[in-house]
Amino acid sequence: MLDIKNLHVALEEEDKQILKGVDLSVESGAVHAIMGPNGSGKSTLSYVLSGRDGYEVTEGSVTLEGADVLELEPEERAAAGLFLAFQYPVEIPGVGNMTFLRTALNAQKKARGEDEVSAADFLKLIRAKAKELQIDADMLKRPVNVGFSGGEKKRNEILQMAVLEPKMCILDETDSGLDVDAMKLVSNGVNALRDAGRAFLVITHYQRLLDHIRPDVVHIMADGRIVKSGGPELALEVEKNGYHDILAEVA
Amino acid sequence: MALPQAKTDATEERLAGLSLPAAGGWGTAAREDALGRLRSMGLPQRRDEYWKYTRPDTLVQADPPAAALFEAKDESPVFGAHDRLKVVFVDGVFDAEASDDLAMAGLEVERLSDAMAADIHWARDVYGVLEARGQSPVARPFAAMNTAFATDGLCLRATGRAEKPVSLIYLHRDETSDATLHHVIKIEAGADLTVLENGPAAARFNKCMEVEVADGGAFHHVRTQGRDHERRAVTHIFARLGREASFKSFTLTANGVLTRNECVVEFCGDDAIAHVAGAAVGDGDFHHDDTVFVTHDAVNCESRQVFKKVLRNGATGVFQGKILVKDGAQKTDGYQISQALLLDDDSQFYAKPELEIYADDVACSHGSTTGAIDDEALFYLRSRGVERTDAQDLLVLAFLAEALEEIEDEGIAEDLTARLERWLKRRRR
Ligand SMILES: Nc1ncnc2c1ncn2[C@@H]1O[C@H](COP(=O)(O)OP(=O)(O)OP(=O)(O)O)[C@@H](O)[C@H]1O
Ligand SMILES: [Mg+2]
Repeated sequence: MLDIKNLHVALEEEDKQILKGVDLSVESGAVHAIMGPNGSGKSTLSYVLSGRDGYEVTEGSVTLEGADVLELEPEERAAAGLFLAFQYPVEIPGVGNMTFLRTALNAQKKARGEDEVSAADFLKLIRAKAKELQIDADMLKRPVNVGFSGGEKKRNEILQMAVLEPKMCILDETDSGLDVDAMKLVSNGVNALRDAGRAFLVITHYQRLLDHIRPDVVHIMADGRIVKSGGPELALEVEKNGYHDILAEVA
Repeated sequence: MALPQAKTDATEERLAGLSLPAAGGWGTAAREDALGRLRSMGLPQRRDEYWKYTRPDTLVQADPPAAALFEAKDESPVFGAHDRLKVVFVDGVFDAEASDDLAMAGLEVERLSDAMAADIHWARDVYGVLEARGQSPVARPFAAMNTAFATDGLCLRATGRAEKPVSLIYLHRDETSDATLHHVIKIEAGADLTVLENGPAAARFNKCMEVEVADGGAFHHVRTQGRDHERRAVTHIFARLGREASFKSFTLTANGVLTRNECVVEFCGDDAIAHVAGAAVGDGDFHHDDTVFVTHDAVNCESRQVFKKVLRNGATGVFQGKILVKDGAQKTDGYQISQALLLDDDSQFYAKPELEIYADDVACSHGSTTGAIDDEALFYLRSRGVERTDAQDLLVLAFLAEALEEIEDEGIAEDLTARLERWLKRRRR
């Protein structure tokens, strides 16, 4: 599904290399997790994948189902099936949550040459999805993320994912700020989407999320590289001992 | 105080080409008084403090620069879907043929010239009276000039809940027309009236509207200006509000090489509210000036000023807004916000927000910002699949939303929002 090869990324503004040769392949149907110390480059990777400005790819490639991702505008990547649940979802005053989601869904459909969803069908769809995530009608009507609590913002990201049904879902610390019950809701939301034709890349600091969303592979990122990959037991090791031993071992 | 000689000369030079329209009894006196006021204040000049950001010369000069006629063939008429009493003015002259019958339950409608011909008329206590009150502490010479020389206008007196809105439609047929209209409106106690205004009007348009709202009366005003690009307009609204009166005015402006909209509101009775709002979008050779002055001279009144501008390709926006709270005007709730969204580095916004407060138990706030499109928000929208241009338009409309929310009629608000959306779409490259 997603193939990242030798990806080197520097900041455009200052001469600073953040990603220093990331290699990662996520196959269709799989869930991969990325863990790693603060500042190791996890969010940067997710932003570069979704096409945010400010980064320069100095080397390497990224493909989604064989197609070059780095060539595409952010909206084209979204239409191609890439989705990033932001670590810090953005507040957009004046744009209603529902209007936003419907505009986004129909824009993607249009880009893919599919029929747009009618207002009535959309309402049905979003109500059903919102109910599963226990997002109330009031939150749907409010401006995007404005005045949402930290946890509500994260649930709103998952709602967007559930409605847009992307192929490649990247979740950047979606668990941070969630209470125990919300974590279950969000995990159920993610698990409900698990499918042979879809893949997940879950960035997290905590083993707890991975109890709910069982990963197939766990990667450790440090200083802009994937330094170790393994099974779910790798997350348990991090939880128990921190990164010290792993980093010492690969140094 | 004597005026600088240059100002007197310029004013006299302009007045030399004008003569007071024949009026009759009280009208003549009102016009002569206004002419006297105008002579004592003089027409504005470039260095006048109140005209610091807007050049008055093309408004002062004898002949207006020509303005190409404009007809919006790609859009339905503004307020066209509304049940309304249509009153049409062509280049500033009432067109009876094109207008509806000037009759409606709850409202008296008359032409200004007819009202002036009557010996006794309610309009006498309003015409030029509110304008004169509004000349202090800041002079508004074009308003005095309007009272002196207005050639046409309407007198509206609401005695109950007016059956439907009065829709003033201004048509522009002569490329060099110079129109001066003056409307006088009185909302009697407990009465309610909505006035809509739209259309290009003239190459140069001086319009004055005096609105007296008696106790418990309500006045709603929605107007659109544009899309005729080459017009020059200077407009004034003078409102005097009684106890528990309500005054709400919203203006949407699209295009226009020069527009100066002044609004002067005076609270004279307790517990009244006044909301003045505007959304303006300009591209290129566009200059838009909102100048607002709200005087609180009563207890527990609420005033709101909400002005938003979207500027691109060298467009200029101006906001001069003042809240004056007089001694004793306790429990005043005054709010003022003026914001500009600059879509490029060539455009500019000048803001002069002012508070002057002589009462101690008041809550007044004001804010002014100038900013660009929020890149984070833009990326967030795009990352969900919304195309860049659509995402930008969405953010522009979101920016204007706070002003548009001031329109009470939801149908009108939706229609004007859709017009703005189309205006933005037409400007895509
Ligand atoms: N725009 C920027 N300007 C300056 N430094 C940046 C910028 N973006 C990222 N960095 C730096 O790049 C490094 C990687 O940041 P990134 O946000 O990708 O880390 P992370 O692994 O997601 O960390 P965390 O676990 O704390 O979320 C950090 O040192 C960060 O300070
Ligand atoms: Mg991060």
